[in-house]
Amino acid sequence: MNYTNLFKIALRAIAANKTRSFLTALGIIIGIASVITMLAVGQGTKQSIQANIAEMGSNMIMIHPGADRRGGVRQEASSMETLKMTDYKTIKEQCRYIKGISPVVTSSGQFIYGNENTPSSLYGVNEDYLEIRQLSVAEGEMFTPADIKSSAKVCVLGQTVVDNLFPEGNDPIGKVVRFNSIPFRVVGVLKKKGYNSMGMDQDDLVLAPYTSVMKRILAQTYLGSIQCSAITESVTEKATEEITAILRHNHKLKDATEDREADEDDFNIRSQEELASMMTSTSDMLTILLGCVAGISLIVGGIGIMNIMYVSVTERTREIGLRMSVGARGTDILNQFLIEAILLSVTGGLIGVMLGVGASFSIKTFAHWPIAIQAWTIVMSFAVCTFTGVFFGWYPAQKAARLDPIEAIRYE
Amino acid sequence: MPKDNKIVIELQDVKRKFVVGNELVQALRGVSFKIYEGEFVTIMGKSGSGKSTLLNQLGCLDTPSSGEYFLDGVAVSSMSKSQRAVLRNRKIGFIFQNYNLLAKTTSVENVELPLMYNSDVSAEERRRRAVEALKAVGLGDRLYHKSNQMSGGQMQRVAIARALVNNPAVILADEATGNLDTRTSFEILVLFQKLHAEGRTIIFVTHNPDIANYSSRNIMLRDGRVISDKHNESIMSAADGLAALPPSTDE
Repeated sequence: MNYTNLFKIALRAIAANKTRSFLTALGIIIGIASVITMLAVGQGTKQSIQANIAEMGSNMIMIHPGADRRGGVRQEASSMETLKMTDYKTIKEQCRYIKGISPVVTSSGQFIYGNENTPSSLYGVNEDYLEIRQLSVAEGEMFTPADIKSSAKVCVLGQTVVDNLFPEGNDPIGKVVRFNSIPFRVVGVLKKKGYNSMGMDQDDLVLAPYTSVMKRILAQTYLGSIQCSAITESVTEKATEEITAILRHNHKLKDATEDREADEDDFNIRSQEELASMMTSTSDMLTILLGCVAGISLIVGGIGIMNIMYVSVTERTREIGLRMSVGARGTDILNQFLIEAILLSVTGGLIGVMLGVGASFSIKTFAHWPIAIQAWTIVMSFAVCTFTGVFFGWYPAQKAARLDPIEAIRYE
Repeated sequence: MPKDNKIVIELQDVKRKFVVGNELVQALRGVSFKIYEGEFVTIMGKSGSGKSTLLNQLGCLDTPSSGEYFLDGVAVSSMSKSQRAVLRNRKIGFIFQNYNLLAKTTSVENVELPLMYNSDVSAEERRRRAVEALKAVGLGDRLYHKSNQMSGGQMQRVAIARALVNNPAVILADEATGNLDTRTSFEILVLFQKLHAEGRTIIFVTHNPDIANYSSRNIMLRDGRVISDKHNESIMSAADGLAALPPSTDE
């Protein structure tokens, strides 16, 4: 049959009953608009949660030397001197899933400036450390790779240290503070980060080149720990596995064979698994919730279409009878009603998408909620609309096609 | 007069039975007649005489329980539903008592309807033929009026135009004047006589005996059988009848 004609017939039938057609499509319009808005808000929230968690360093991986056991007594963690500079270098060169890596050596003691002093921790790190810990320099600048190479006596102060050493609010940049009688020139001040969830002051620290701390203060060749950041939070696990393999190889630890067990790791790798799993479960919950809302509203919209199509078939029995008597076959009637249903649902979907996008942007503008509209939600909406049209239009259309023209034409 | 003409409709002992509940109803008990091209036949009978069943047979809406029906030389009884739909589309023009126009649809679109189901007819030709048919029934100035903006007489003219548009072998009218007042009925009859004069084959089913006077042949049914089949030697002119009516006051 000629589908152009059927399409025209369906269009004319819709145009002849504008109010009914609009009401039929309304269910779909509201359904799709709410799905689009919900998904936009959901995705926006998810993205903002992701950003927040990433700020906390969800992709952070910490490598510590393993605790040793001597005569059955477990020693303090990190007491082994197994992490070396070579480990740092091989991980940096070979691991594909990390973007930042820094050796960390720490020392604590009293910092002195003029007649002020304060206890704090000195972290010997490299410039990647800022990115790994999500720190940033508020004033001045970070020390440079050249400073690291030359074991320069420079440092970057945390805000708490600045407050304690410079109570009168002097500019600390360029001043020289002393740590264990070794003078460090202040090149920068870190941006305030506040307390973490464990109640620890994250601003009570001083950063210096790890070479300076290792050589000038601690006089040690091993590292306290290595910290790195995975490229994204999702590859953290892969990165962890890879680092494990690299370190086991470096440390010449033997894998399990048939007659002996594998050597135990002499290091510990920790990632922010808790944060990561929290984020996953949060976003999964959102997705499931939104999926339910989407499903329900589309089913309701589809039932609306089916309902009104049924009423419409009964109401238009005479019209169907007439069409049949002037030569419409059952399939023509079936196709006409199907096309009507699909046109209504797709048009409804189109209006719904526009409404939904509009609503999302008003939410962004007026309520300042984060939103994110993704192309797949719109594509999916259209697919679902067409499906709804066919699925819920089928039975009424079939009912129409099976009418007996003799009875239909005389139907009152 | 019609004997040399082509046979448009031929019924051979057509019977139709229905089962209603446990009862067997014989609506047609063996009907046979031939209708030639260019005849204006009225089929009359009381309720229950089998008129409607016969009309359904003639209109290919139904098939006989036994017997055979040839429409324009084509045997109908063995055809499938959709084959009959196509046949109706090409060979038959229906006119109903209650017009059966599509609501809120213009005259021209209503008339186009049968051609919409014929994919051989292009959109331009469809429109041209619809306009032509509307002009033929005197509605050349009402092409884009919607069905709810017209009087009963005008709506029936649109319906007649719709029946003409596919250039059918036969026009089937079912009580086509039943819903109209006397004056409008005469106007419609004038139109039917004009179509008859142009050589169209018309079958007019009615229970109004007056209409038989304006047709060329009258078939009477009773209890599912033909009880009389007469040619009308003195066809009355509907135009004269219209002129004889007292002048209308409401126009």
